[in-house]
Amino acid sequence: MSDPGFFQSALVYLTAAVISVPIAKRLGLGSVLGYLAAGVGIGPHVLGLVGGSSSSSEVMHIAESGVVVMLFLIGLELKISALWRMRGTLLGLGGSQMLACGMILGVGAWLWGIELKSALLIGFILALSSTAIVLQTLREKSLHATAGGRHAFATLLFQDIAVIPLLAILPLLASTSASAANDIHSATHLSGAMQGLAICAAIASVVLAGRWLLPFLFSYIANAGLREIFTATALLLVLAIGGLMSLVGLSPALGAFVAGVVLASSPYRHELEGDLEPFKGLLLGLFFISVGASMDLQLILKDPLGITLLLAGFVIIKGSVLAALGKLFNFAPGATPLYTLSMFQGGEFAFVLFSQATTLGILTLDQSARFNAIVALSMALTPLALLAGRNWLKPPTDSDATPHREADAIEHSSPVILAGFGRYGNYVGRLLRSQGFRPVVLETDAEHVELTRRLGFEVHYGDATRLDILHAAGAQHAKLLVIAISDEETIDLLVATARRHFPHLEIVTRATGMDHRLRLIQQGVHHVFHELAGSALDAGTQTLRLLGIPAYPAERAARKFRRWDIESARDLAPIRLQDESAYFAIIRERVANLESLFRSDPTHEGSADAKAWQPPSSPKTPPAQT
Amino acid sequence: MRRRILLLHAHPMPHRSRVNRHLVTAAESIAGITIRHLYELYPDYMIDVDAEQKLLLDHDIIVLQHPFFWYSAPALVKEWLDLVLQYGWAYGEGGTALQGKSLLQSVTTGGAAEVYCSAGRNRHTVREFLLPFEQTARLCGMTYLDPFVVHGTGQLQTEADLAPHSQAYCTLLSNLASGIDLPPSP
Ligand SMILES: Cc1cc2nc3c(=O)[nH]c(=O)nc-3n(C[C@H](O)[C@H](O)[C@H](O)COP(=O)(O)O)c2cc1C
Repeated sequence: MSDPGFFQSALVYLTAAVISVPIAKRLGLGSVLGYLAAGVGIGPHVLGLVGGSSSSSEVMHIAESGVVVMLFLIGLELKISALWRMRGTLLGLGGSQMLACGMILGVGAWLWGIELKSALLIGFILALSSTAIVLQTLREKSLHATAGGRHAFATLLFQDIAVIPLLAILPLLASTSASAANDIHSATHLSGAMQGLAICAAIASVVLAGRWLLPFLFSYIANAGLREIFTATALLLVLAIGGLMSLVGLSPALGAFVAGVVLASSPYRHELEGDLEPFKGLLLGLFFISVGASMDLQLILKDPLGITLLLAGFVIIKGSVLAALGKLFNFAPGATPLYTLSMFQGGEFAFVLFSQATTLGILTLDQSARFNAIVALSMALTPLALLAGRNWLKPPTDSDATPHREADAIEHSSPVILAGFGRYGNYVGRLLRSQGFRPVVLETDAEHVELTRRLGFEVHYGDATRLDILHAAGAQHAKLLVIAISDEETIDLLVATARRHFPHLEIVTRATGMDHRLRLIQQGVHHVFHELAGSALDAGTQTLRLLGIPAYPAERAARKFRRWDIESARDLAPIRLQDESAYFAIIRERVANLESLFRSDPTHEGSADAKAWQPPSSPKTPPAQT
Repeated sequence: MRRRILLLHAHPMPHRSRVNRHLVTAAESIAGITIRHLYELYPDYMIDVDAEQKLLLDHDIIVLQHPFFWYSAPALVKEWLDLVLQYGWAYGEGGTALQGKSLLQSVTTGGAAEVYCSAGRNRHTVREFLLPFEQTARLCGMTYLDPFVVHGTGQLQTEADLAPHSQAYCTLLSNLASGIDLPPSP
């Protein structure tokens, strides 16, 4: 940390991002382009504040963990069942995309003058698209849940799997395999069968740990009550999985994705999401910046025509194949343009694969520099292409809304968020569930979370007063927020947060006492319930019955009292804060009023309700009876 | 053969009742009778349909006892009919649960007997006012017995005023229990 270089580069990266990203967003270009531009700006060819592709490989490494964290988070939103439902698209569409793009781009490279085997390798490398760019851009534009977005997602997932054989094939293509192979991934030293075994073992251990070990670990950490340690655990988990996966030759991002899927049904899901989200954003930003910084402007300036032609050739071929796939797979209207415009670029794995291919002597330095350049440029083109095509992408939103096979791949949030699942909240939750509603339940007591889950409830560990947790719970889509927390200050805090950030949410809240209740009503919360009123009035009703009042009148008395109580609170709320003495005067008056309200003396000039079921007793009976 | 009687008593304010309370207390002396106070059981109107249906199955004669309120029954009786006499159980396809049972309505009216005739102030007989109940019973395959009516409840102040009515009521109920058939209503 004492290394001044660290502060310097941190300063450079952060400043570049802070300046360029908001500008890019304001211009409607999206954050990705802003980061890329920032990278070009601080890169070796413009300001020269950070090194070129070789010296920034360190940064690139850290930055890649942004992609890992992102895929972990995506995995968290996908239950295994949802993934299973995607299998058709995943294998069919994903496989066809890799095969078609790889072959056709390969032939293109061959025609361009590269030896056939290497040409095919290049074709398959270029067939990969950029998970980071596509998903970040689609999310930013809220296009990820549309049919086209889902097809893109499935394809990207397949590509992440396809990286494995590509990595394995590389050394086999090397002309001087013996000398160069030692530079390759450690796992490729293993025989094919051994590697397969290692991969299976790694995935199995992630799945098993996710099922049995992690819930235990999380509840242990959560019980310690140390927020930052929980965050650290989350981060450690994701990076460790990434490390383990690259050890066996699997894409770290894919491993993190698997771990995410395994943890998708864990109660800590929302907490993990909330904790990792900022890291994801920053690390992805760093990733995009380093892509920008590694762009070889010199090469581009030296041979602008050659690069442009190569880029055009690549984009046109890949784009046409993608569009053809959309037709072939009979995409919903509107999905094909989105799929094409979002997936035509090269992926981040291309950088890794090209550099390895160069080390192995499969590609010349010049070739790999050119291919790296067109991949980076195609990435930069993506946000622009989506921007240019936005009118084209828009129209068929209706057909996107019609239920599609994989519609719940990205899970839709519940209309109700229930904050607190203790002695109070569990009643609310159970009642809602009895009518088929599945609230997103948030609870901070880790022990409680476990217990309630064992009882078969879907509870999430998370502090509902935190904005990120509310976001993760889907507050922006929910209709109702039920506050069942016991602590007065926490309730107030949550009410304030919810009203500021999610003004559309209707709030139903528990109040700890009369004063609290009046304050909440004054603040404009409509549905405020005294936490003890229900139970106390039940006890009172029962006492009346034991005193000899028949059940029905006792019931009505309690209901009437409750109504009177609610009305009183509503009337008193505006006075409470203004004038203490007026407040108590009104309370006295209302209490006196209460007695007359309930007096059942028929001669009494009270409310008509007090005379309910009063038979005509005087000789002047109602006309009907005389 | 003894027949089992189920007496469903509905009075929202039993502590203010004079006549119905007197009648229902007298009915307690009938051997084997089951008496249920609907407003005590369901002050929140949450009628337990399963329990009610089971009780109906276990009895042969159903007595609905209530004061006459606006030419009809108190609201909970209506709620009871609406919920308990389900399609497919009490009527309609497969709805044979009540077939062969008898329904007796026991009603107290504030109005005197004279006002309940075509020439009287109320222009109809009590029996006519009870037509919806009668037809309900018929639809369920039950015999609708001639209702037991106590008129002019305002006039029945003392124990001596009430006694003849409760005696008549008890006689009727014990006859029904021991299988002596009343003439089914015309
Ligand atoms: C709401 C209400 C409606 C009534 N409607 C009628 C009616 O339509 N015809 C009638 O003769 N008596 C009517 N009465 C009088 C009651 O029938 C009478 O008070 C009752 O039968 C007395 O029985 P109890 O002593 O068990 O309460 C009505 C009474 C009340 C409270």
